Amino acid sequence: MLISATWRSTAPVEVTVTSTMTSEPTLYDEILEATPHGERLNLCLQCGMCSGICPYGFAMEFPPRSLIAALRAEELTSALDSDLIWLCVSCFACTSVCPVQIPLTTSLLTTFKAESMLRGKVPSELQAALENTRRYGNTLGESPRRRPEWASHLSPPVPLMAEAKEPVDVLWFVGDYASYHPRSQVVSRAMARLLRALDVNFGILGPEENSDGDAQLLSGEKGLYEMLVLKNGKAFAKYQFKQVVTTDPHAFNVIKNEYPRAGVTVPIQHYTQFLAERLDQLKPLLHRELNARVAYHDPCALGRANSNNIYDEPRQLLQAIPGLELVEMAHNRANTICCGGGGGGNWLDGFVWEQAHARTSEWRVEEAVRAGAEILAVACPYETPRFEDAVKSTGHQEELIVKDIAELLSEAMRD
Amino acid sequence: MDILVPIKLVPDLVEELEIAANGVALDRRFMRLIPSEQDDHALEEALLLKERHGGSVTVITLDTGDTDDTLYTAIAKGADRAIKVTGESFDEGVTNHAASSVLQAAAKDLTFDLILTGAQATDDLDGSTGPLLAARLGLPFVGYVLAVSQEDGGIVVRKEYPGGLVAEMTVDLPAVLGISAAEKPPRYVVTAKVMEAMKTATIEEVAAGDADAQGAAELARMYLPESGERAEMIEGGVDQVADALVALFGKRGLLG
Repeated sequence: MLISATWRSTAPVEVTVTSTMTSEPTLYDEILEATPHGERLNLCLQCGMCSGICPYGFAMEFPPRSLIAALRAEELTSALDSDLIWLCVSCFACTSVCPVQIPLTTSLLTTFKAESMLRGKVPSELQAALENTRRYGNTLGESPRRRPEWASHLSPPVPLMAEAKEPVDVLWFVGDYASYHPRSQVVSRAMARLLRALDVNFGILGPEENSDGDAQLLSGEKGLYEMLVLKNGKAFAKYQFKQVVTTDPHAFNVIKNEYPRAGVTVPIQHYTQFLAERLDQLKPLLHRELNARVAYHDPCALGRANSNNIYDEPRQLLQAIPGLELVEMAHNRANTICCGGGGGGNWLDGFVWEQAHARTSEWRVEEAVRAGAEILAVACPYETPRFEDAVKSTGHQEELIVKDIAELLSEAMRD
Repeated sequence: MDILVPIKLVPDLVEELEIAANGVALDRRFMRLIPSEQDDHALEEALLLKERHGGSVTVITLDTGDTDDTLYTAIAKGADRAIKVTGESFDEGVTNHAASSVLQAAAKDLTFDLILTGAQATDDLDGSTGPLLAARLGLPFVGYVLAVSQEDGGIVVRKEYPGGLVAEMTVDLPAVLGISAAEKPPRYVVTAKVMEAMKTATIEEVAAGDADAQGAAELARMYLPESGERAEMIEGGVDQVADALVALFGKRGLLG
């Protein structure tokens, strides 16, 4: 017999908070106030589902449940001495299964990372990414001037907002990786081709665009995040556009869910949503058959993060490609396994390997191979390079290739 | 222990460097400046010493441009005072001889037990500012220092020599040290603390007197590396260069 259970209560739980605030707010208070509904931490029943589902929970000294127990017991010394909080890749798995809906990722874990950072316990790889962001506005430490260079030899050129005379329909927020990482740049060029083919009137911010701030916020560097929101908010305010479209799920997540609390509100879609809405227009352009089995990896930031729940649109786009056979991996949709790149994890690969001797990106690649996929389709600029590395390190080069959905669509448009 | 840390700002290599029209200097018009890496280590070592033994840390820079951010960041990390020495034509760059004379004049008005500089700056790899400053102040100097500990009114330093040798030396205070690497990598300071320093801390400005640049080398020509006659330059795109390299390594028997 198959038993299904729903853990979430359907009615919102009323929470009364008795303030224990003295003159100095405690770490507990900070966690409660970090995000809306942070006070739900009081409802923790120590069920341990969070620690069980955490991909690196097995290697953490203090996975979420134990961390809450330590907080309640006011026995924080060992938790704060441990730097294993940095195994948290902000994949929102714990948050999504919590029966009392505690925003564990954005409140508890992020506040602990911030505390760890204040104590100088930030792994050096991530430190470099944060220092780069503060200095250059991008995690990769590249020249801000060169942000639009990925598009420099495209014809017709990708318009910069500063040079566009007219208001545009779509302001494309490209993001750090899609702008600078050589592998992700290939995807950006495919995306530019798709927007052209659909006659979209669009522009990019170029040097005026800064890192979206998702990784900085979720790794606990709130001051840096605020600086980025301010800069991106100013750039948005300068121009006229109907909506923002982004190729980066992290940019989507943070601009949609966090920017408004900092006073920056813009209508935003992930590119898979934007294109899925235009499937009637796009479908006739997809001539070339792709006779391959394709598995789609749901990025955490599009799916379970903040209940963004974008699961169908990417699949609709893939199914529009003639010949393509969509297969599902064992973990999919809200149960996806993180690529390991969120919440600063993209810059913690060395640390994570040292501590856990495991890579979630490799688990994912193994799952795709087991599902019989020949192509692992992705929709996030971190994922193409991350999974391509994992394909190599697991020795599956002959069986599996990694492609962004934008690339697959662009290739299907060729004659 | 009261420690003085002079910080030099050097060209940030994130932007391509260009040679100025006069052919003897870098074009500084669009150049971004960044603290020299070993100076960052000198600051870290100073902060570690302060945490261990008490005292104070004062950072000092010559106003060659982009200095405020560096000074506020140093304060956010734990430095007590930040001093900016202003001078005419500093923004065109300052030779190490001139810099050491400016620092000597500034140091006269400060109390310190130790001056920590980076062993050498990334722009000239000359390593001369520390020893020049020590000579001008009549103080002992040890360069390429990896660790400093305080012992009975003096200090013991570990100095690195080529070939993996390390020497321990007892040094009388006050002294000048050139730090190659702090005992720990330079710390991260959160943005909120830097912003707070910008709001609450004051950068003290001091005007430089006449700089004594005597003895500085005169630059005859600055140019990009030229390939020698025997060098084979591999041209082309990334893939072509990679293919050529793989073929070359294969031919030399370097690939399994």
